[in-house]
Amino acid sequence: MSNCVVTASRLIGKNIRSLSVRWAEKPPKPGQFVNIRADGAFLRRPISVCDYFDGTLTVVFEVRGEGTRALAQCVPGQLLDVLGPLGQGFQLPKSGDVLLVGGGAGSAPMLCAAKALSGRASVILGFRGAEHVVLDREIADAAREVYITTNDGSRGFKGFPTLLMPELLKKPYAAVFVCGPRPLMKAVAQIAKDFGIPCQVSLEERMACGVGACLVCVCKTRENGAETMRRICSDGPVFDAAEVIW
Amino acid sequence: MADLRVSFCGIEFKNPILTASGTFGFGREYAKYYDLSELGGVGPKGLTPVPRAGNPTPRAAETQSGMLNAIGLQNPGVDAFIRDELPFLRAFDTRVVANISANTAEEYGEMAAKLSDAGVDIIEVNVSCPNVRAGGMQFGVTAEGISSVTARAKQSSSVPIVVKLSPNVTDIAEMARAAEGAGADGLSLINTLLGMRINVKTRRPALANVTGGLSGPAVFPVAVRMIWQARSAVRLPIIGMGGVCSGEGAAELMLAGASLVAVGTASFIDPMAPIKIRDGLGRYMDENGFATPARLTGAVII
Repeated sequence: MSNCVVTASRLIGKNIRSLSVRWAEKPPKPGQFVNIRADGAFLRRPISVCDYFDGTLTVVFEVRGEGTRALAQCVPGQLLDVLGPLGQGFQLPKSGDVLLVGGGAGSAPMLCAAKALSGRASVILGFRGAEHVVLDREIADAAREVYITTNDGSRGFKGFPTLLMPELLKKPYAAVFVCGPRPLMKAVAQIAKDFGIPCQVSLEERMACGVGACLVCVCKTRENGAETMRRICSDGPVFDAAEVIW
Repeated sequence: MADLRVSFCGIEFKNPILTASGTFGFGREYAKYYDLSELGGVGPKGLTPVPRAGNPTPRAAETQSGMLNAIGLQNPGVDAFIRDELPFLRAFDTRVVANISANTAEEYGEMAAKLSDAGVDIIEVNVSCPNVRAGGMQFGVTAEGISSVTARAKQSSSVPIVVKLSPNVTDIAEMARAAEGAGADGLSLINTLLGMRINVKTRRPALANVTGGLSGPAVFPVAVRMIWQARSAVRLPIIGMGGVCSGEGAAELMLAGASLVAVGTASFIDPMAPIKIRDGLGRYMDENGFATPARLTGAVII
């Protein structure tokens, strides 16, 4: 845990903000998250890491409730209590290309992942509409190719990211990573399975401790044939999609 | 610096600060943040006779100065705890207070026997979990229920039995007397207060379990009051808990009548909370002339 200095705070899309802090703790891995204390909110807010570079850690989040509204008020120079990095991130394949799929604010960890994969990533980012599109340029700089979909067709392809998967997956991929709304992740995992490609999903759930002690944020998984409740904060948030019981 | 050692049920604790069951896993997570030997004792997650998967999610909801939880006693069962978790905790120089829940008085007895044989220091009999249908609060809200479970656990155990009381009762003193009458060695209180929240946009309960247990600073004054009432009713030593988040808060529960203090929800906000609270208690004692924690217990002036 540390008190970090906020270095940047900006609105990057409709209701979506980016917040950067100076980071002296362990560098995060793609898919890991930090647990941030927001003014006036009792529990911390778990938010996945979007980017880490040269001592600066950036998160991207949708302003949804009291906690995220308080985080939206942060200004450069102020101190922020940030715990992390937490959880198990994506397992990067040693070789081969990876298809990254992000939905909405779930696009955030894909920047981190695309950078770590240095040129081996193809990316599909899905948003509600053009005004919600975020991180497309940053991810385009790190990835080999980026496709945008919007629900209303106001930008890129009209539809969900799953629309583009069958065409892209005609080429060989070592893995699919997905983060976004649960129905999207479920659908992406199914398509990956149909193509015989291992898929890693980054799950989300209300959390309390964020370190694996309280058992608030569990998901049902199948491990060695047995059903188990595993902790999203510490066993995940990234899981092998084949283990998740949707 | 004050001497923080304290004796509870004839067992010496290096300081009065414990972690509260259900907020500390089996200690492995917080052992990454500090040496568990710094604690007076640890309270591992509540155990049941057989493994339990717990309740569906969402299992928690935030409240003003607190939170609701409805975990539903997810745990690997008493045997797996003894085999896989207790050796890890025993590697630290700290006391282990095991917490048990069951469906029948007989099962409480069987678990108490297993755990005392396995070498835990104290067994906390949980008759106050608000989030499971059987084996939780049903025993803790009547004097008869408390009596039957306490007597059975006491009979089967070679280590002290502490009964964890529910605050969801009309008369806490009556429940404390029932535990004392059935042979309990100590009490712990309070467990969480039954609560509920509704998402006004969806009109659905915030918790999948509909109701849940309220914890955090919001319940602290209730804990102070109930510890004081229990202390006034019986001679049993008390483990106090309920929203403590500072050294002064720990001192307050002790002034009300607690001998030991368990830190729970505060760890979710700050993993170092139990250590900071221990240090804060030491400072409070130094500044206010208390040479030992025992002098604080029940020292409220009324």
